[in-house]
Amino acid sequence: MKTIFGLFRYSPSFRIGAIILMFVVTLLIMSFFSPYKPDKRRVVPRNEPPSAEFVLGTNSQGQDVFWMLTFAIRNSLLVAGLAVGIGRGIGVFLGLISGYLGGTWDRILSGIVDSFIVIPRLPLLILIAAIVRGQMTLIGLGVLLGFLDWSFPSKRYRAQILSLKEREFTQTAIFSGMHTFKIVVQEHLPFIIPFLLADVVSGFLFAIGMEVTLAVFGLADMNSQTIGTMIYWGNYYQALLTNKIWVLAAPVGASIVVVVGFYLVSVGLTTYLDPRTRLTRLQVKG
Amino acid sequence: MKLLRTFVLPRIIQYLVVIFIGITLTFLIPRLSPINPVDNAVGRLSAFQTMAPEATVALRESLMDLYGLDGSLLEQYFSFWKRVLTFDLGPSFTVFPTPVSKLIGSSIGWTIGLLSLSIILAWVLGLILGTLAGFFPNSWWARTLENSLIVIYPIPYYIVAFVLLMAFTYYLPIFPLVGGSKGAPGFTWSYISSLLYYGFLPALSLILGGVAFRFIISKALTSTERSSDYVRFAEMAALPKHKILFSYLIRNTLLPQVTDLGLSLGLIFEGALITEAVYGYPGLGTLLLGAINSADYNIIMGITLLSIIGIATASLLVDLSYPLIDPRVRYS
Repeated sequence: MKTIFGLFRYSPSFRIGAIILMFVVTLLIMSFFSPYKPDKRRVVPRNEPPSAEFVLGTNSQGQDVFWMLTFAIRNSLLVAGLAVGIGRGIGVFLGLISGYLGGTWDRILSGIVDSFIVIPRLPLLILIAAIVRGQMTLIGLGVLLGFLDWSFPSKRYRAQILSLKEREFTQTAIFSGMHTFKIVVQEHLPFIIPFLLADVVSGFLFAIGMEVTLAVFGLADMNSQTIGTMIYWGNYYQALLTNKIWVLAAPVGASIVVVVGFYLVSVGLTTYLDPRTRLTRLQVKG
Repeated sequence: MKLLRTFVLPRIIQYLVVIFIGITLTFLIPRLSPINPVDNAVGRLSAFQTMAPEATVALRESLMDLYGLDGSLLEQYFSFWKRVLTFDLGPSFTVFPTPVSKLIGSSIGWTIGLLSLSIILAWVLGLILGTLAGFFPNSWWARTLENSLIVIYPIPYYIVAFVLLMAFTYYLPIFPLVGGSKGAPGFTWSYISSLLYYGFLPALSLILGGVAFRFIISKALTSTERSSDYVRFAEMAALPKHKILFSYLIRNTLLPQVTDLGLSLGLIFEGALITEAVYGYPGLGTLLLGAINSADYNIIMGITLLSIIGIATASLLVDLSYPLIDPRVRYS
């Protein structure tokens, strides 16, 4: 908690990012108070431009774009959150194993991980999504994205563990007879957790981008509102040609706001994690 | 000789592992799914016309054969490898019986052209801008550049491409909406200029993201190098700034950039697929979008295989160029 306040004070990018994300979360919470059901059509007059009554206008299906957007943000973040959870779960697990066990295990695991980094994920994702087309759910999409996004994080955790293992305090702990499990939990975990935080944020960026891409190709769960499907249906109903730019501007703008918010937060966290800047900060305080 | 054993050989083994995993995955994914593409195809065909039961069975069998779905899983796996190695990817379903390899062959040139041009431009531009901004971190232009690129960088490729498309073909109609060129192919000015004209927006949207990424990395690298001892000594020795920058600093920041290029090739390629689909550029991305819309599995599979092999080969080549740049690897 103290760290977050410190970050808020010292890092301008974290400050701006956090404010943007708070705004996004507010929108997400508002979806629970929506006056309309997300997939209900013809509840408001059609094709209204933005006005005081309809903040972001309405679309050709008689849906209020603003309330649709709140559902879209909620669903997109749900998919991304699931993907991040699964991806980091696998990544942390493999990274820890190959970092701590070392030797043959490490060599085999690192070989596999390095191979997965090189394999392009989008074509594989499209292949899978095309085969289960029409049966894809939001949950399924999240799980799928999670299973494709673990190789980079795993490599980073391994590097992190390897460097922690060589530090002096680890040696001290071993020589003073501390149990291995205790060293991992008490001494190493506090270093891993802030690192994990920054990594989680970059995972969100990947998942949101992929969700938008798949939806635009028509391969996501097309019946739910997500940022990507809103763009897809906006294009489908010719929002541009019929001069209803607000239908498309809302999801496009929302996606930019969400990713920029997440990214600024991660920039702030990474700067904070960098030992050099940390040292100067400590000196300033002390 | 030692270089070959400690550097080249492990890298080539790694490459073979990548190819093996990639091809095995593309083989397994369609077979693990509960949905049979052949039944899907038969269903789509017989939806429009009534067919005799025998004809349906015959159709199903020949499709099973074409898709390589006969025999046990192991037999299928071996025949899959044989087909991959001979570049025989089966016929396309929508433009039957044109082989998939021919369709891919006719559109891959566009993708490679667009991709190589924008990778090189983005890499060079981002490197130069990032290094300069890292070397002069307090100037107003470095800060403006950094702040604007930090906002552009995380935006998904699709959104960048789509916003540019809206802005420059719809609101300010100065660029064409779809296509790759105009007129008959040849070495004439009109054809080459139309090539540039049509390729400008797709390339721009790829370059924007690429430059932002490279800029952020090379700025960080440069500011680390800048505070190191050799730069300080060079400054004390009153060497001219451009000499420090170009003869010493850039050479040291270059190496991680090359590794990184190898690793990020896959990402850039994905970006190119998306961008092409947005602009209707006649490369693999547009072919893929068409194949998705018509459920043409052979094309999707062919593009997946090709991209795995292509990306793995390209990043192998990037890695093997390492000793050329870094004397430490060469002489170790």
